Amino acid sequence: MQAAQHAGHAGHHDHDSHGHGPTGIMRWITTTNHKDIGTMYLWFSFAMFLVGGAMSLVIRAELMSPGLQYVAPEFYNQMLTLHALIMVFGAIMPAFVGFANWMIPLMIGAPDMAFARMNNWSFWLLPPAAILLTASLFAPGGAAGTGWTLYPPLSVQMGMGMDMAIFAVHILGMSSIMGSINIITTILNMRTPGMDLMKMPLFCWTWLVTAFLLIASMPILAGAVTMLLTDRHFGTSFFNAAGGGDPVLFQHIFWFFGHPEVYIIALPAFGVVSHVIPAFSRKRLFGYTSMVYAIAAIGLISFFVWAHHMYVTGIPLTGQLYFMYATMLIAIPTGVKVFNWVTTMWRGSLSFETPMLFALGFLVLFTIGGLTGLVLAMTAVDIQLQDTYYVVAHFHYVMVAGALFSAYAGLYYWLPKWTGYMYHEGIGKLHFWLSMIFFNIAFFPQHFLGLAGMPRRIPDYAQQFADFNMISSIGSFGFGFSQLLVLVVVFKAMKGGVKADAKPWDGAHGLEWTVPSPAPHHTFEDPPPFDPAEAHG
Amino acid sequence: MARHSSNRGDNKGDAGRLPVRSAGLLLAGLLGAFSNAAYAAWELNLQMPVTALARRVYDLHTLLTWVIFIIFVGVFAVVTWSIIFHRKSKGHKAANFHDNTAVEITWTVVPTLILIAIAFPATSALVEMRDTSQPDLTIKATGYQWKWGYEYVTGDAAGVKFMSVMSTPREQIENKAPKGEHYLLEVDHPLVVPVGKKVRMLLTATDVIHNWSVPAFAVKTDAVPGFLRDTWFRAEKEGTYRGQCSELCGKDHGFMPVVVEVVSAEKYAAWVADQKKAMAASADDPTKVWKMDELMARGEKVYATNCAACHQPNGAGLPPAFPALDGSKIAKGPKAAHLDIVMKGKPGTAMAPFAAQLSDTDIAAVVAYERNAWSNKLGELTQPAEVKALRGK
Repeated sequence: MQAAQHAGHAGHHDHDSHGHGPTGIMRWITTTNHKDIGTMYLWFSFAMFLVGGAMSLVIRAELMSPGLQYVAPEFYNQMLTLHALIMVFGAIMPAFVGFANWMIPLMIGAPDMAFARMNNWSFWLLPPAAILLTASLFAPGGAAGTGWTLYPPLSVQMGMGMDMAIFAVHILGMSSIMGSINIITTILNMRTPGMDLMKMPLFCWTWLVTAFLLIASMPILAGAVTMLLTDRHFGTSFFNAAGGGDPVLFQHIFWFFGHPEVYIIALPAFGVVSHVIPAFSRKRLFGYTSMVYAIAAIGLISFFVWAHHMYVTGIPLTGQLYFMYATMLIAIPTGVKVFNWVTTMWRGSLSFETPMLFALGFLVLFTIGGLTGLVLAMTAVDIQLQDTYYVVAHFHYVMVAGALFSAYAGLYYWLPKWTGYMYHEGIGKLHFWLSMIFFNIAFFPQHFLGLAGMPRRIPDYAQQFADFNMISSIGSFGFGFSQLLVLVVVFKAMKGGVKADAKPWDGAHGLEWTVPSPAPHHTFEDPPPFDPAEAHG
Repeated sequence: MARHSSNRGDNKGDAGRLPVRSAGLLLAGLLGAFSNAAYAAWELNLQMPVTALARRVYDLHTLLTWVIFIIFVGVFAVVTWSIIFHRKSKGHKAANFHDNTAVEITWTVVPTLILIAIAFPATSALVEMRDTSQPDLTIKATGYQWKWGYEYVTGDAAGVKFMSVMSTPREQIENKAPKGEHYLLEVDHPLVVPVGKKVRMLLTATDVIHNWSVPAFAVKTDAVPGFLRDTWFRAEKEGTYRGQCSELCGKDHGFMPVVVEVVSAEKYAAWVADQKKAMAASADDPTKVWKMDELMARGEKVYATNCAACHQPNGAGLPPAFPALDGSKIAKGPKAAHLDIVMKGKPGTAMAPFAAQLSDTDIAAVVAYERNAWSNKLGELTQPAEVKALRGK
């Protein structure tokens, strides 16, 4: 790490200038600066969020009333597949990598990420993968229409779009693994003197665990899709019963990646919220130590619960029982985290700026998603609800409300640090309330649809499901268009407005608030002094 | 508000069994105020169970819903209290506590105890669910893209087999005709079972993974190609119960319903006798030599049931995934190659092998139809004997 630190020092005495590198587009293509790369990750993820969001509106338009109105069933299947792949791999994951790039060096007092050039490559792998995914729509036979789970033998039937999706997943996996190695190395080696692991900001802890989850699970996914590729083109029979294989094997491998993936998305979201809630409660985070242990426990247990996605595949009774108990176990550390956040607020001095509103929105909605997850953990009940809209509602409460709301909390919280100007509080609050209201209109009725037995991934439905689907579609259109307000907020804050102080939030703690706003291009070229009292939120 | 709960069977269950349900009805009434759809059914809960097992699942779900509701209210009562009384704008000063081991141990141990308490009913329901031993009759269901095939393996009806295809007309799906009461949840041949008997379902598939699901029985099990899975139910009430394929299986995944008719022992015996008679009567003489108009009439029916979903009624297909037959190289080329692809399918694509699904006569008729319909006017006949000769090759 000495080398990296030297690289950070070399020649850059003029903190605020970046005039000694390429300019224009080449600056962004060649940059090794963690702030530039963080910014690119965030813009990329927002662009993908709009693409994936547009696809979800195609889905909801078709489902607005019974009958086929706008799209053919096979195109509908492609939309739901790409919506999920783009949202998971293109929008949510890169968004939190963007936060990690921007904030981890600032939080631990490091000059940059450990492997600055690899960091550049981690980002620039993403656009080709995104192009492969979206361009697969125009391949002969269209994109993969299998759902993001890519189950064979259906995925073996697909056309060339499937191969493009497989290569996109390979590239995204490489990017994630490189990003993770970078984050782990940075956190373990580049903390400012005196910052022990147990005094480190919680966002860094969540990313440390997440990065290990990524390194352990992404190669599994890469292996699964490679086996799919050879089954498709080279005559292997991993998943073909006629050749001695087993289609269900794919599901085991996929979900061995897929369940940790849920926590790869959720943990950094927990990290952001663990900064925002203490800042606006003007009180230190309650139970820091138990939070760290809960994060580690969630990360570990997430590898032992994968087959709860497969209760109806015919796994043995003993398997079902084991996975049910293991899944119930994960509720305990998750509960600990929620109780800690609630107690952090208790007897604080609360104010409700936009970051706090989104953090509270996260708390309410993520708790609902977590509690319906407990219902789904019970195998006998899950068998009624598997592959219905109850599951769709459940994971949107966890993913949209969990990850997206937390990302917005982080965006509003750190935007003054990034742009140097305060965002427009009125538009921010409007964005929150529209998101909160429309999100619930869109997704809460889906619980009822699922209970009544409406299967997911169908382009048309029986008539008793018509009313709730209409409400859900109206909600999703409202939710989708409300998100454009983010662009207004960000552009306004980039252009100017009220100058932000180095520490615009009176309750905030941490090293990131010791540098000016906007953060200079190079920060912490010398390790900053560390005050344990300011350790974390 | 008109209520046609077509998805839950024709019997009206014991509504209001549990408080959740009455609260649901109240909410439904409020929502109904701005509804004008003819088939509005604001269902807020699981379908009414008609098996003892489904009732256990229903009650387990109700218990869990109360547990999570109470936890949610408890947690957010605290949050709401903080939001109202611990505001900066009211001048509340922040306290300075950030650790309490006793509290942390409590909120680790108490949820653990709640989970252990829930685990007992959850475990026993699951153990019962998986006990498929000692059935009164066994039926094999095979998933095809996109229909179900049923074959009675044991019991009085042993040997009876038929295909069960969605019977909702295309015009209703394309909004060219008003939708019927059981839109998308109706089939030409429902599965018929006797009331009060333990029915074991064996499940498999030929092409991709499907899922056989009937919510009123709490039954949902994957049909995996190349493997047999099993599940069971014992329906307590006569009636028609409807479900849908519950695993994405391609283009027409939304259009392969499961319909089960539960009938009395007498009606079941009569139905079995009818089926056996009908099977005997419809058995084709494999040596018969068919004329063109007979082949075309029979072939058109077979085509509509088995081929039209992909290759389209007008033979134009949905290229490139589902090629056109009108003017195609195979449909206008050598007959041997045409018969081969129909009987053996094309691996790696959605083209399934039909040799096991269709009789010699059906295959001969559909091949003859495809070679003479639309612009493919080859004028050539295909006879069942030709198909028979190819079997086993």
